[in-house]
Amino acid sequence: MKEKPDVLQGTLALMVLKTLDVLGPQHGWGIARRIEQISGDLLAVNQGTLYPLLLKLEHEGSIASEWGASENNRRARFYRLTGTGRKQLQAETREWEQTAAIIARFFKVKAEDLT
Amino acid sequence: MTFLRRFFIRLSHLATGWSADQRLQDEIAEHLAFQTEENLRAGMSPAEARRQATLKLGAAQAIREHHHAEHSIPLIENLLFDLRYAVRMLLRSPGFSFIAIATMALGIGATTAIYSVIDATLLHPLPYPSPAQLVRVVDDLPGVGAQGVGISVPEWRDLESSGIFQSAAITGTGANVNLTGSAQPLRLSFKQVTPNYFAVLGVAAQLGRTFDPHDATPGYNLEVVISDGLWRREFGADAHILGKALRLDNDLYHVVGVMPRGFRDQGSTSDEQNVELWLGAGFAGVPFPPPQRDSRLRSRAVLARLRPGLSVAAAQGRLDALVASLKKQYPAEYPAQTAWTVRLIPLSESVVGSVRQSLILLFGAVGLVLLISCVNVANLLLARASLRGREIAVRQALGAQRTRLIRQFLAESLLLFLLGGIAGIGILFGTGHFLLRLIPESLPHLNDISINWGVLAFALAVSVAAGTVFGLAPAWLMSRFDLIGTLRQEGRGSSGSRERSRARQILVTSELALSLVLMVASGLLLRSFWDLFQVQPGFNPDRVMAIQTWLPGPNDPTMDPYRTATQEAVLLREILRRSRTLPGVEEAAIGDEAALPLGHSQPTRLPLIREGIETMDNQAPVIDSPIVSPEYFHLLGMPLLRGRLFHDQDLEDTPQVAVINQAAARTYWPNQDPLGKRVRLHLDTRGLVSSAKPAWTTIVGVIADARTESLADAVIPQIYRSLYQRPSKDLAIFLRGQLDPGAISAQVREQIQSVDPGLPVFHAETLDEVLSDSLSVRRFSMEIVAFFAATALLLAGLGIYGTISYVVNEQRREIAVRLALGAQRGNILKMVLRRGVGLAAAGAGLGVAGALIVSHLMAGLLYGVSPTDLTTFAGVTLVLTTLALAASYIPALRAMRLDPITTLHSE
Repeated sequence: MKEKPDVLQGTLALMVLKTLDVLGPQHGWGIARRIEQISGDLLAVNQGTLYPLLLKLEHEGSIASEWGASENNRRARFYRLTGTGRKQLQAETREWEQTAAIIARFFKVKAEDLT
Repeated sequence: MTFLRRFFIRLSHLATGWSADQRLQDEIAEHLAFQTEENLRAGMSPAEARRQATLKLGAAQAIREHHHAEHSIPLIENLLFDLRYAVRMLLRSPGFSFIAIATMALGIGATTAIYSVIDATLLHPLPYPSPAQLVRVVDDLPGVGAQGVGISVPEWRDLESSGIFQSAAITGTGANVNLTGSAQPLRLSFKQVTPNYFAVLGVAAQLGRTFDPHDATPGYNLEVVISDGLWRREFGADAHILGKALRLDNDLYHVVGVMPRGFRDQGSTSDEQNVELWLGAGFAGVPFPPPQRDSRLRSRAVLARLRPGLSVAAAQGRLDALVASLKKQYPAEYPAQTAWTVRLIPLSESVVGSVRQSLILLFGAVGLVLLISCVNVANLLLARASLRGREIAVRQALGAQRTRLIRQFLAESLLLFLLGGIAGIGILFGTGHFLLRLIPESLPHLNDISINWGVLAFALAVSVAAGTVFGLAPAWLMSRFDLIGTLRQEGRGSSGSRERSRARQILVTSELALSLVLMVASGLLLRSFWDLFQVQPGFNPDRVMAIQTWLPGPNDPTMDPYRTATQEAVLLREILRRSRTLPGVEEAAIGDEAALPLGHSQPTRLPLIREGIETMDNQAPVIDSPIVSPEYFHLLGMPLLRGRLFHDQDLEDTPQVAVINQAAARTYWPNQDPLGKRVRLHLDTRGLVSSAKPAWTTIVGVIADARTESLADAVIPQIYRSLYQRPSKDLAIFLRGQLDPGAISAQVREQIQSVDPGLPVFHAETLDEVLSDSLSVRRFSMEIVAFFAATALLLAGLGIYGTISYVVNEQRREIAVRLALGAQRGNILKMVLRRGVGLAAAGAGLGVAGALIVSHLMAGLLYGVSPTDLTTFAGVTLVLTTLALAASYIPALRAMRLDPITTLHSE
């Protein structure tokens, strides 16, 4: 059986930020489920690793959190993007796109193009 | 920067760590609840839903720990944990902890005590700004074997203008002066200095001023600077002291300044440092002789401050060039055969040079004691490891990392060593007062010895360093347990213990070796001291007391009531007559300070001009020249060998006569009869004023040699002159008989002051005391080293006892089997003893090798005993071997008496 690819270092943070950007305030499980849905089960996110990351992002000021009530009235901690986080997301999105574009170009190049 | 920020975040996490962890835990629980609910909705059974949710989440505990590790400073946190654990372990075995802490307290306390002495003497010897620039300038005449001959005023001026020094000052070496006018005439220690003296030292007055460095008064400028101590004691810290007139030796001086409280004069002994008056003088006018290049001012020292940035070596180079050019310029004043040279000695060196070797020896000895204490504690730690084998094995089985275990053991040993260090400092603080009294008075900077921050830092550093070094090895060995083996054998002995046992044997061997080194050192010192103590001094100090007085010497000689020998003789004869009437006095004599055996810090050395051989002062060898009354030789029991002694008819107007000792006869008139030879002694400065051309002095007698200069030195040439022909100001009255040391001082004072009420009487001592004081530094180092050696021996004995007991304990199963199979009990005893002897032999072998090195290094401190003294080495080795045997005998006996049945059953 083929192993599911590990989340690239740092991409999980980007995914979290993007998720919060798109969906607005979310609790941890919601974020985890969202990432799972979008990656279509191709990505093995050990859901537990999400929480230390959330703590870290909050500490860095990219996200903020407060207690609230979930849709089925369960007490949960809701995370939302801060201004810093939004800026960080934009910057990292740009960077990611650039990297992706460069890599894509490398894959497109065929041997005869180089001669 | 990022690193720093992260560190601070982590540090803040250390404080908020618990809340972050709590939050993580809450969120994970919450997540699981969500996921379980979802799974339930998907139709799973509640148990399965929960299981799947947990699986999906991953290892929650691991995540928490990972997060924790990333966001904390594990070192500090673990350290706190380890320390808490260590405290618990120490409390669990109070006996072990007490012994270990007491051992370290001894080691670190003793080391700190010696360090505090070294700190005050060798490390901070000079309380002046930029002390490295301060040097003494010493003139030598190696061609005639004379050292420190003093300097002439023109030479001093050459030094001042040479460009080598910022400034150079002439100082007297300290002398006495009578302060009259108060209730009792006081004898105070004073120093004549050139006015730039305080500028050279770089110290200003706390009240008033010091001398004007540019003051060019040729003689005394009649200004006096006083010490803070004198100001408070005699003048009640009078704020209006400035301008007050003091009558010193019948001359009036005006106080111009008071030195600050902590100021001490430079000098190596407390006597020299306790100068209380400084008189400014140019050394070039009355009462000093006119400045001539070849009339060196003997007993005058030069103190100079080098130009900034000039090293002593570079300055010496330039000075040598100056000396060479002066010799060329003044060939008559600097005859080639005297080989005049000028040396620079760093002031710090000249102050502590004499005791440096003793102090380094003490520090070395105490270092060995510290090492032995450390080794002993390391040994104890290892011994405990075998008791804790099971605990360690279980913890390893539960997944404790080896580094973690090592760290924990290290924390334990560090705690032990630190507690030991703290206890040691505590004891030192408690007993410091008592300990200070053991230190001989002649030690430089005695009063500056204290336990200051530097000393405390040293003690802590030593504790931590020793704890780390000597805790690491046991910790490493302890953590190397063979897990399975230990558990299977239920911790009663394991394959890892062989390694530990070897480590313990190495430790004990080194302990034995170190204590042997110490014992040899102390043995050699003891023998040296004993030899010195037993040495025949050549004079009889029994029942002799010396009491000092000082006749004033006014600057104007015509004002001096005791100017000539004839005038002084009247006083002296009256003092002698009255002294003989005192209760218990059998004999009385008078001499100058130089005649006080072993009691003077600086001998009075004068150039000896032999008729027909030398013609000038600066060609002549120098010789000690005490001045005594005729009764002196008989009173001190110094026998006449040839010729005659002084008699009462040798007076100022009869031919000058002298008595020499055998050493002088041998040195200056080899293979000749010295009787009848004529010599001329350069007279001191006051003498030169009155008589420009001293007459020839005839040698009339030769006495036996006596060690009046130093018990350790071979006999030194002496030439004695009569007080009735040569007046002297610094007098010692010698009394022999059944004297009451408590009362005699007052009785003599009463008699002397009934003749002249202006004379002070001070320093009443028995010659036995003087004799014993002259050995005080030696006695001090011998006693301390002997104490250290005894401690070392005790520790080594305990160490070998512990190790052999341990070995027996480890092997008790084997011994029981042997006994059960019919081994003789005597053989078991022998087997165990053999171990002890093996250790002792190895330790002794190493120790003798080490002791040979050490004893050669300390050869300078030995007297009359060779560094390879066979008796000492053999005796010490014997003592150590006996001790090792005795210490092994107890566990050996226990092994022999082992009951095989009980032992085998209990296994």
